[in-house]
Amino acid sequence: MPDISINFAGIKSPNPFWLASAPPTNSGYQVMKAFDAGWGGAVWKTLGVPVVNVSSRYGAINYRDTRIAGLNNIELITDRPLADNLKEIEEVKKYFPDHAVIASLMVETKAEWHQIIKDVENAGADGIELNFGCPHGMCERGMGSAVGQEPEVLKTIVEWVMEVAKIPVITKLSPNISHIVDPGLAAAKGGTNAISLINTIKSIVGIDLDSFAPYPIVDGKGTNGGYCGPAVKPIALEMVKELTKHPEIKDIPISGIGGIESWRDVVEFILLGAGSVQVCTAVMHYGFGIVREMEAGLLQFMQEKGFETIYDFKGKALPNVTEWKHLNLKHKVVAKIDESKCVGCELCYIACDDGAHQAIALSTENGSRVPKIIDENCVGCNLCSLVCPVEDCITMEKRDDGTQHVTWDERTAAGDIPTTFDDDRAGGKHHFVPTVQDALKHRS
Amino acid sequence: MVEYVKPTNDKEFQENFAVKKPLMNPTEAYFESSRCLFCYDAPCIQACPTGIDIPLFIKQINTKNTTGAAKTIFDSNWIGNACGKICPTGVLCEGACVYNHQDVPPIQIGRLQNFATSHAIENGIKLYAPGKANGKKIAMIGSGPASISCACELRVMGYDVDIYEAKERPTGLTLHGIAAYKISNEEVIDELEYLQEQLGLNFICNKPIETKEQISELENDYDAIFLGVGIGPTASLNLPGEDFENVVGAVEFIEELRLNHHQTKVPQKVIVIGGGNTAMDAASQSARLGAKQVILAYRRDKDAMGAYGFEYKLAISAGVDSLFNAQPIGIVGNGKASAVKFVKTENLNGKLSNIEGSEFEVEADLIIKATGQSKQGAFLSLIDGLELDSRKRIVVKPDSFQCTNPKYFAGGDAVNGGAEVVNAAYDGKQAALGIHQWLNS
Ligand SMILES: Cc1cc2nc3c(=O)[nH]c(=O)nc-3n(C[C@H](O)[C@H](O)[C@H](O)COP(=O)(O)OP(=O)(O)OC[C@H]3O[C@@H](n4cnc5c(N)ncnc54)[C@H](O)[C@@H]3O)c2cc1C
Ligand SMILES: Cc1cc2nc3c(=O)[nH]c(=O)nc-3n(C[C@H](O)[C@H](O)[C@H](O)COP(=O)(O)O)c2cc1C
Ligand code: SF4
Ligand code: SF4
Ligand code: SF4
Repeated sequence: MPDISINFAGIKSPNPFWLASAPPTNSGYQVMKAFDAGWGGAVWKTLGVPVVNVSSRYGAINYRDTRIAGLNNIELITDRPLADNLKEIEEVKKYFPDHAVIASLMVETKAEWHQIIKDVENAGADGIELNFGCPHGMCERGMGSAVGQEPEVLKTIVEWVMEVAKIPVITKLSPNISHIVDPGLAAAKGGTNAISLINTIKSIVGIDLDSFAPYPIVDGKGTNGGYCGPAVKPIALEMVKELTKHPEIKDIPISGIGGIESWRDVVEFILLGAGSVQVCTAVMHYGFGIVREMEAGLLQFMQEKGFETIYDFKGKALPNVTEWKHLNLKHKVVAKIDESKCVGCELCYIACDDGAHQAIALSTENGSRVPKIIDENCVGCNLCSLVCPVEDCITMEKRDDGTQHVTWDERTAAGDIPTTFDDDRAGGKHHFVPTVQDALKHRS
Repeated sequence: MVEYVKPTNDKEFQENFAVKKPLMNPTEAYFESSRCLFCYDAPCIQACPTGIDIPLFIKQINTKNTTGAAKTIFDSNWIGNACGKICPTGVLCEGACVYNHQDVPPIQIGRLQNFATSHAIENGIKLYAPGKANGKKIAMIGSGPASISCACELRVMGYDVDIYEAKERPTGLTLHGIAAYKISNEEVIDELEYLQEQLGLNFICNKPIETKEQISELENDYDAIFLGVGIGPTASLNLPGEDFENVVGAVEFIEELRLNHHQTKVPQKVIVIGGGNTAMDAASQSARLGAKQVILAYRRDKDAMGAYGFEYKLAISAGVDSLFNAQPIGIVGNGKASAVKFVKTENLNGKLSNIEGSEFEVEADLIIKATGQSKQGAFLSLIDGLELDSRKRIVVKPDSFQCTNPKYFAGGDAVNGGAEVVNAAYDGKQAALGIHQWLNS
């Protein structure tokens, strides 16, 4: 049986599955239930000077019949008194001494930071997370993402914290910044023990077409919120990679957050170098029970791959994440349709004809709706295989013999790249393009 | 298999005849519409005789533009609500849905269609208005789906339309012939009234057109005439004893049932003669009316039946027994039929022949003949220059549905010899365009 326990910057946890600081960690009751259900750690709902919230608080993107492909919230930090939270942290730790309880904090002044750190340490917290992420409400008051977006301010606050903290400190970053390495480096320079990311993305999730107000609507008005859930995972993965590949940050433990719902998501974050993962939306959607699927899947994966601990594959994908200029320009794939699987929706045809490279023809056989790939026109973009509704019906076949390898970098060095607007070396120079008039053939 | 108890009131009747394709609720419609792939040149559209843009209306349902979805449907098919319920979708749109090729249940197009159209009907959402009056008048003979479709299209273009109907109530077989478990009388009438309110169709009921004089009058009063007369009553089998009172035609039996519901008298033992969809409907409905024994008797074998497989299955699931290779040769009885005399048949090199000496009798208190309907030949012969084909179907030009007498246009069963409501809907609409073109050329 593989060992999935972790030691994250000194915080020990029976598994890498943590609840992110959010409504699911609002109370001791919830955290206890979560630990019972199988979660290894919990980052408590951000503590500070209690807030007053509005109703309603959430909006979501439903993708067709899929509920909450993305979730947007305008909730603030905890609205419960600090003393109540501290008492519950203490109680939870009594029941679960081996689980990780991390106190998320957001306050303003140095004195407040010093005070609250002492308080949570006394309550028995295993670690601290600094919330520099909240992109709504709190930032208007100079906290949350207002800090996350100002690397210098962030560094100063991390330094204040490090002056007094006796337990590990995780700095949680906001993605609402064009270059995530800037706050990442600031946190590192400030002395943080670990980094977690991403917090929510500043968003407007939709507009009500009757009241003309953004969701969620609070008495006829709305405000920008923070976006999270499955839709943001790709952004989170990329930002994690930016940090785990950075020479000055890569040795700092990273806790991956953003759109995690299944074991596959967990493994992806770990492969990009995350040492723990945090989950919010998936629990808000399905409850604590989803951790069963994460744990079973992770164990199965590790067994199949022969990994004994998380550290056997942490960061294993990083060597394969490179820059565009190092990709092999000689690699060639071409789409192939499995005729026995094709249902004849012709979506690949129209996707390629309207949205790609006119490399798919409709069948000319009577009664057949199985399209044909025009090999010489296909640029191997993948679009058709992504559009096809049938599992494994369109696959991308390798056509190069694997002996050639030329990158943009190498071509640049060799002076073999297009340099003028009408350069003969343009990648699409000899590629088939229908005539402008061909478009008229489709008029009915 | 269900055993039906004889319904004694309308509530029990409705239970036995519960609709096969109930209305979707919004959640169901949302989930089902989410599955549609929005196929290119979608095969479901090609399979719909009226060519409804199915992926479009499904997407409109999914984006909560249900009114727009209803308009997409009615734009192609004026009888869109009834069609969603009564079309044999399994061999039309749903049969063509690409999902079938991967053994995934096809999109329930018919039910989604009804979700949209009934939204418009129930809420009285006005989607159409009569066109500016152009001073021209068109007469329809018959008020079935073919005529209604033609009339609606003509009204939109500004024509005045009068619809002459022999029966007391309009809508032809939609009301009087379709199996009661497919669509209720209210649903048929609601759709008609919905169209009626928007377009003002003028029905003149209890007005059979039967004489040469009436025809000349119509020809004088109207700019064009549409023949939507359908096909006639059940044809005679020329069997001895066929005139006994308890030997009835299937179409007449179903009409009585549609109008009288539980008051329709069905005895213990019923034999339905025939192998087409009408036979299946008559048998299914006899069972639902509480007959203890319903036997479907067909002269050929099971595979040779004209009925759709799903209609046969539906009859069997209602408790109907079948008897194949049984050719009726006489009705036994004394003033009242008590049995049908059959002879067994066999298929000899593709030719059906009776097996000598294999005669047998099966008892019955009611014998329903579902062996085809007579054609409207006699009536149609009153119209000058109207060509009929060898099967007494009106000959029309393929696109305009114009008859050989150019003042006449025709569509529906009278032209195709008996198909579906959806075909009648298509014909009627096309004929309206044909009339418009002819009058403006
Ligand atoms: C038992 C049965 C079950 C069926 N089930 C289905 C089904 O499930 N789904 C489906 O899509 N289709 C079904 N059909 C077929 C469908 O009902 C017909 O295809 C459709 O109704 C044809 O429409 P129409 O307008 O051509 O004629 P009809 O609906 O037959 O209408 C013709 C009208 O013209 C009137 N008329 C005739 N002659 C005159 C005259 N001289 N003067 C005045 N009025 C006249 C008649 O009274 C009638 O009202 C069924 C048919 C039958 C018989
Ligand atoms: C394959 C691809 C190529 C793109 N290329 C460009 C580009 O050349 N210029 C640009 O401004 N945006 C480009 N975009 C971004 C899109 O214009 C758009 O901003 C982005 O996809 C978000 O919109 P969406 O969610 O509707 O896709 C590209 C997007 C895709 C998917
Ligand atoms: S891979 Fe791209 S270019 Fe090739 S057939 Fe598919 S969509 Fe067209
Ligand atoms: S998208 Fe797939 S199923 Fe649809 S036509 Fe193309 S190959 Fe066939
Ligand atoms: S064939 Fe099926 S999936 Fe494709 S558009 Fe029609 S209903 Fe939708």
